[in-house]
Amino acid sequence: METEGFGLEITELRLGLPSGGGGERNEKTRMFLDIVGDGSDRNNEMAVGWPPVCSYRKRTITKLYVKVSMDGAPFLRKIDINSFRGYSDFVMALENLFGLGDTSEYTPIYEDKDGDWMLVGDVPWR
Amino acid sequence: MTHTFPEEVLEHVFSFLNTQHDRNTVSLVCKSWYEMERWCRKRVFIGNCYAVNPRVLIQRFPEVKSIELKGKPHFADFNLVPEGWGGYVYDWIVEMVRVYPMLEEIKLKRMVVSDECLEMIGKGFKYFRVLSLVSCDGFSTDGLAAIAANCRNLRVLDLRECEVEDLSGYWMSHFPDSFTSLECLNMACLNSEVSFSALERLVARSPNLKILRLNRAVPLEKLSTLLQLAPQLVEFGTGAYSADVSTDVYSSLVAAFSGCKDLKDLSGFWDVVPAYLPAFYSVCSRLTCLNLSYATIKCPDLTKIVSQCHNLQRLLVLDYIEDTGLNSVALTCKDLRELRVFPSDPFVADPNVLLTEEGLVSVSKGCPKLQSVLYFCRQMSNSALISIAQNRPNLTCFRLCILEPRAPDYLTFEPLDVGFGSIVENCKDLKRLSMSGLLTDRVFEYIGTHAKKLDMLSIAFAGDSDLGLHYVLSGCESLRKLEIRDCPFGDKALLANASKLETMRSLWMSSCNVSFGACKLLGQKMPDLNVEVIDERENLYSISESDPVEKLYIYRTVAGERSDMPNFVRTMGKDDMYNLS
Repeated sequence: METEGFGLEITELRLGLPSGGGGERNEKTRMFLDIVGDGSDRNNEMAVGWPPVCSYRKRTITKLYVKVSMDGAPFLRKIDINSFRGYSDFVMALENLFGLGDTSEYTPIYEDKDGDWMLVGDVPWR
Repeated sequence: MTHTFPEEVLEHVFSFLNTQHDRNTVSLVCKSWYEMERWCRKRVFIGNCYAVNPRVLIQRFPEVKSIELKGKPHFADFNLVPEGWGGYVYDWIVEMVRVYPMLEEIKLKRMVVSDECLEMIGKGFKYFRVLSLVSCDGFSTDGLAAIAANCRNLRVLDLRECEVEDLSGYWMSHFPDSFTSLECLNMACLNSEVSFSALERLVARSPNLKILRLNRAVPLEKLSTLLQLAPQLVEFGTGAYSADVSTDVYSSLVAAFSGCKDLKDLSGFWDVVPAYLPAFYSVCSRLTCLNLSYATIKCPDLTKIVSQCHNLQRLLVLDYIEDTGLNSVALTCKDLRELRVFPSDPFVADPNVLLTEEGLVSVSKGCPKLQSVLYFCRQMSNSALISIAQNRPNLTCFRLCILEPRAPDYLTFEPLDVGFGSIVENCKDLKRLSMSGLLTDRVFEYIGTHAKKLDMLSIAFAGDSDLGLHYVLSGCESLRKLEIRDCPFGDKALLANASKLETMRSLWMSSCNVSFGACKLLGQKMPDLNVEVIDERENLYSISESDPVEKLYIYRTVAGERSDMPNFVRTMGKDDMYNLS
């Protein structure tokens, strides 16, 4: 199915504050996400649904690590995309990782392979 | 004499009949027995929710207290059934709330359950006791909150491998303080963190709690608190089994586990920190079931654990156990009935672990009671399969998945026909079989000839021609469920064995060679079958007769064509008076 290759299409994800926010801040706090991956082109080679590992187990065991870096943060963090069920989970985890809390508003965006800035959430999570 | 016994006596006799099979049999004896039985049947099992409909159920069984329904075909577990296909429980709940206000139990598998359904259950059944949802989806934690808030007499909330929209962990706080009847809580498949104090208070006020399976979010540091509040637990699933190493946490855990004298079943163990493993060693010798299939524990630790589990009957584990670990199982677990070995890295061709066919051969030799096997591996040989078959003729369920499709015997490069043939020939009570590897029509000839008790068969990337399918359909007398993917089976075998399909629950075929025209013909010939063509690529009303269908799901039914089909599903042969194409 066409949504299988989600992780492999995105080369870089960035989280940033909404553009034009207030005009007071010239620099947005940005978060960069880079797919670490696991090296292999797994999903591209196997037939759909093979080997017969049920989707619940597949989601639990396969890991797709993404390196997250944020402007001003002293060190990078790693997060496993596959452990989240959807965008809301994922975004909440990113908030928790960097202690962003409710006060900070941002629009998650990412840069796709064509170099265009894309709004996170349009492509089905899977 | 028209009656040998008064009705009350017969009813009393019937009350000892617990299996659906027995009750179905007595209801066929004569009309009066049919009538009597239907009035006193309390538990109903419906293996395919579309084989009947709520109206049929209600008309026949007016006093139902417990219902079990299954929805989507098994291959839905592997993403082969498109989303939106069906399996909605909604209409069933609506009817049952109306007609069975005293309903106590609902058990669903592979069904779509909405939050609204859960609300209806919570509010509609005053004496509701058991909710079991296995591999279900369509609901969120809001639905669980409705169950928690409304079901005053709930005993069992068992969620297994469900896809739940996890809005928050707050649902658990909806159980009222007066609620004390909980016996089983399985929330392992939920993601979000529940309030620990709510969980703690719930456990503390549930003296009958025997089964508790936590989710990953419950931290290890909190486990001993819960175990100390519930030393009567029989089955327990940990959350994430990791924490910074601390002697305090460790010793509390040791004490807590040893306090659980009735503990027989352990699961959970996500994200294991090996230093904490010995904390549960004291329970190992009492365990009858151990599920480490989500635990990334490697071999020496794993072997250490299983070598203490002398009473183990069921073992679920990842292939990290390797052949050496399985040798240990063969030496120690003499009471083993069921073994499941799952792949740790299924999508990589090269082996990441030293697990081969030898491990399975070893267990088959050492464990005399072994009946059920699920085994994922990367190589297999006919000689190994023959050994397994000869060692263990008492096998009733044998599911082997060699990761690479069409992989031959790695020693001889021959197909694995003879090996699987040996399995069906020796294991005369075999009820379930899943095959993999390189297989020709030959293996199907063996199966048709020998597998007389076979109930369910799963086939993938196998066979050469229609003959293969014909052997199975014409030879397997007890066959009820057949699922096939990526095999060169076409129209001939299917049409020649059309009447066989009425004796089965269902047949699934995907990526095979069955033509659209044959499906139409089958649907027209067999009014008691729903021949569903599932095809997302094409417009189902302009597909040509000779085109092969993408997916096909055939099942017997007394309910006719279902009314909830999406646009990529069409039931053949029923609407053709309007669409002659």
